Amino acid sequence: MRSFDYAAPVSLAEALALLAAHPTARVLAGGTDLLVQLKSGRRETPLVVDLKKIPELKAITFDAAEGLTIGATVPCCQLTAHADLRRVYPSLAEVAGLIGGTAVQGRASLGGNLCNAAPSADSVPLMIALSAQARVAGPQGLRTVAVEDFCVAPGKSILGPGEFLVSIFFPLPAPGFHAHYLRFIPRNEMDIAVVGVGVSTTVQDGKIAAARIALASVAPTPLFVKAAGDSLVGQAPTSEAIAGAATLAQAAAKPISDMRAPADYRRHLCDVLTRRALTATLGAQ
Amino acid sequence: MSTTTYHLIGTRPPRHDGADKVTGRALYGADLKLAGTLHGAILRSPHAHARIVSIDTKAASQHPACRAVVTAEDFPETPDRIVDLGEGDTPLSYIRGNMLARRKTLYQGHAVAAVAATSPQAAAEIAALIQVVYEPLPCVLTAPAAMAKGAPLLHGDLRCTEFGQPTTEASNVADHFRQVMGDSEKGFAEADVIVEREFTTSTVHQGYIEPHTATALWNNDGRLLIWCSTQGSFVVRDTVACMLDLPVSRVRVTPMEIGGGFGGKVPVYVEPVAALLSKKSGQPVKITMTRREVLEGSGPTPGSFIRVKIGAKQDGTLVAAQAYLAYEAGAYPGAMVAPAATCVFAAYDIANQTIDGYDVVVNKPSTAPYRAPGATNAAFATETVLDEIAEKLKLDPLALRLKNASKEGTRRADGAKFRRIGCVEVLETMKAHPHYTAPLGEPSHAEAKRGRGVAVGFWMNAGLPSSCTLNVHADGSVGLIEGSTDIGGSRTSIAMMAAEVLGLQADDMRPSVVDTDTIGYTGVTGGSRTTFATGWAAYEAAQDVVKQMKERAAKLWKVDEVHFADGVFSAGEHRLSFKELAARVGEVGAPVVGRASINAKGPGGSFAGAIVDVEVDVETGKTSILRFTCVQDAGKAIHPSYVEGQMQGGSVQGIGWALNEEYFMSPEGRMMNASFLDYRMPTALDVPMIDTAIVEVPNPVHPYGVRGVGEANIVSPPAAIANAIHAATGCRMRHLPMNPPSVLAAIQQC
Ligand SMILES: Cc1cc2nc3c(=O)[nH]c(=O)nc-3n(C[C@H](O)[C@H](O)[C@H](O)COP(=O)(O)OP(=O)(O)OC[C@H]3O[C@@H](n4cnc5c(N)ncnc54)[C@H](O)[C@@H]3O)c2cc1C
Repeated sequence: MRSFDYAAPVSLAEALALLAAHPTARVLAGGTDLLVQLKSGRRETPLVVDLKKIPELKAITFDAAEGLTIGATVPCCQLTAHADLRRVYPSLAEVAGLIGGTAVQGRASLGGNLCNAAPSADSVPLMIALSAQARVAGPQGLRTVAVEDFCVAPGKSILGPGEFLVSIFFPLPAPGFHAHYLRFIPRNEMDIAVVGVGVSTTVQDGKIAAARIALASVAPTPLFVKAAGDSLVGQAPTSEAIAGAATLAQAAAKPISDMRAPADYRRHLCDVLTRRALTATLGAQ
Repeated sequence: MSTTTYHLIGTRPPRHDGADKVTGRALYGADLKLAGTLHGAILRSPHAHARIVSIDTKAASQHPACRAVVTAEDFPETPDRIVDLGEGDTPLSYIRGNMLARRKTLYQGHAVAAVAATSPQAAAEIAALIQVVYEPLPCVLTAPAAMAKGAPLLHGDLRCTEFGQPTTEASNVADHFRQVMGDSEKGFAEADVIVEREFTTSTVHQGYIEPHTATALWNNDGRLLIWCSTQGSFVVRDTVACMLDLPVSRVRVTPMEIGGGFGGKVPVYVEPVAALLSKKSGQPVKITMTRREVLEGSGPTPGSFIRVKIGAKQDGTLVAAQAYLAYEAGAYPGAMVAPAATCVFAAYDIANQTIDGYDVVVNKPSTAPYRAPGATNAAFATETVLDEIAEKLKLDPLALRLKNASKEGTRRADGAKFRRIGCVEVLETMKAHPHYTAPLGEPSHAEAKRGRGVAVGFWMNAGLPSSCTLNVHADGSVGLIEGSTDIGGSRTSIAMMAAEVLGLQADDMRPSVVDTDTIGYTGVTGGSRTTFATGWAAYEAAQDVVKQMKERAAKLWKVDEVHFADGVFSAGEHRLSFKELAARVGEVGAPVVGRASINAKGPGGSFAGAIVDVEVDVETGKTSILRFTCVQDAGKAIHPSYVEGQMQGGSVQGIGWALNEEYFMSPEGRMMNASFLDYRMPTALDVPMIDTAIVEVPNPVHPYGVRGVGEANIVSPPAAIANAIHAATGCRMRHLPMNPPSVLAAIQQC
């Protein structure tokens, strides 16, 4: 690891100014990705800008009329402990409890999970299923980007020079809404998703009114499979409908073979996990 | 089974190193901080097989933080010769070549050069400044590929030894031997059922948590001092002395506390390199490997290609067995295929056997021992073939094994005849264990299936020299000096054996593991020999203490004969406890120092069996271990907690080997998973509590009946798990690891 400087701005403006002055700086949330990358030499930077002291980035705010806003650096352990979050977005609390172990959850943030832009990030398919919006600050001011549009390549996001993530917004779930994230790992802990599936379904009057399905680890970015979710809309929650959506999800996957799993195995799992995740949300009715 | 009663042996006193270990005060290799220590870094080959065209160290040497640079050229110019450093005859050039490559690199991660600098960061940066020009060569990664006609050759000078005779053809096969007993053709002709199967197993690593580390100080008086993490301080001393052409008396090795080894810390990797850097820089040099270096640059255990054929009569009598064992040695010969041959059918009395062994070099790291080296691969084959035979003959798998189990007097194909062994008792204990007949329970979901499997394994264990000194103090406590690195609680077990003789408690003993100047020669902590052999030396040293104490008492009481029993010296009316007499030794003579050194023979092998319940998710191929019982013959369990610890540790490593661990190699010979993230060892959430059942069939030659228990327990788990997967799914697994994709593929095909 090369030595680097460290700065910890306390306001959005100060952070923006620092990043404008140091184009090669990297921002830091929990550091559970960044520090590992710096240590192994996979990334180098002369300046690390810690965002954890900026009020907007460390708050969780729940508005019963609007939805939930999670600051970009809030660690998972605060999400799993948050009463409103657990009640209204139980699947989000679950995924926060899935990332790493207790020690990692003390630091790791959803913002970091998203900005790291790994195809395997566990929280991202679920955030897509929850229709989450990323709020970004930059030299041109604030903008909002749908989470499914955030990642563009392994390790690359839509963030431009000087931009950073401020918070992630989750709209209020409709009645009959359920979401679930399911990942497959060969061990039961400390493994990278071979395949992950985030789904959400809204059932009204015995029919599926809305559904969203997103996949991890089967494409260069977390993959939103709109067609798979749309195929369920208007249908009764039957196993045939579920199987149809799973087939569409599987067809959209473009996995690679590597030391973590062969491509055909990942493709097979897309079908299995999508069926299982949908069965869980629709069965929860 | 064991009947003698003891006051201390068989109890569970706290370990002497416990307080230091749980408070973080124990000193491991990397904790050592000598004033002025420099940090070493090693430059490693990015190619699995390449010619080294040139090495340019100029830019590195000129870096302001650089204090020394070394390459293979820095080894002394001595002609090649054959040396035996505890692992059989080996050319010195191979041992040196693995330390720092000369002319060719033979695996990705092969050390090429090293630097010493003022900080670890600077050392890594400077090592990267060394310019090496390579001419990449085609590589071979498996035994069958390396044995094929026209395969790229690793060593121009390697000639196959065929049936003990040298041949003239250059080859990747260093050795082909055959063991024959009876007439296997005739045996198979008499068989009613014959099963013949092929198996492959991947390269796996021991996965000790502490990386290799050494600090070397080439002192101004010409003495070389080394502190390191090793299973054998004397092996380090002898290897370093040999490589650097020094008399052994010039090298002193201090073994630090060790964070696991499992065989992988028998060979030497960084010590001679740190020594050369210290010699050049005039300062102490510390080298600590990264995890990636451990996986890529130390010694894993061989991958293998195995064919096993077994024939049985209708009643289950095994009449013939044949094995073809091709083991990957890695870059240099020494694939542990001979022990594999010893173990492959050792559990069974089979009159007709033919075993062929091949020691094959491939472009992977030079392999090292790993817990019962060679036996686990072999048992995976034998024990799953036997499961198939039991299925075909509709016999209970343990009944089939019991019917053919080796006993005292059974001859193995390597010619040895068993003395009293516990194979039958282990199998009987498995059969009677509640686990064997417990209901499997309902699967946890609709796509899950459950099954139970069993298997047994054998390891012959080692003897070798050990030394022990006992210093009797005036308060009746005893300082115990020994040279065996303590990996699993051995210093306490050893102290208990001396204390048993002296009528003392474990807490009266002060055991220390010391450097190579301070104790007589002691072999490695390996081959499950330490409790057996160093414990035996401690027993003999305690007898020496008793003899001297009796002499002092005789002088004190002015009598001719003194008795010693239950910790009390007596003669007529006279009685003194050990402690009372210890306080008065000074009145009548010199301090009491007991000594013994032995060359232990007759380690008596250990058998261990596994009963395992699995649940297989038939849609994903993932196998979960629901319940696991390990049964092992310990001869006599000196400290049962440490015996159970070995049984549990070996079982967990066997589970990892079975399910997910492997060197995942790219076609170019790069290890793609050189981290504990992707080299998937089991975590605490992947294994249930491992149940243990200790069997005690005393080893007839040992004063307390001890058999080593460090290794046999890893041998059976992969086979037992394969048999359980078959019971659950109906599919036979013939490749390790049985990871989710391969189990799913088997389910889809069978
Ligand atoms: C032992 C261990 C286990 C793990 N297990 C899992 C797991 O099970 N599932 C999983 O998905 N991940 C896992 N991870 C990876 C990691 O913990 C997660 O990705 C985590 O969510 C990252 O969050 P962080 O706050 O630590 O991010 P950091 O490491 O601080 O940042 C990650 C990246 O995002 C950038 N970044 C951070 N915040 C912002 C921002 N506000 N604006 C712009 N860019 C930003 C950083 O520059 C960096 O490139 C594990 C890591 C470890 C070490």
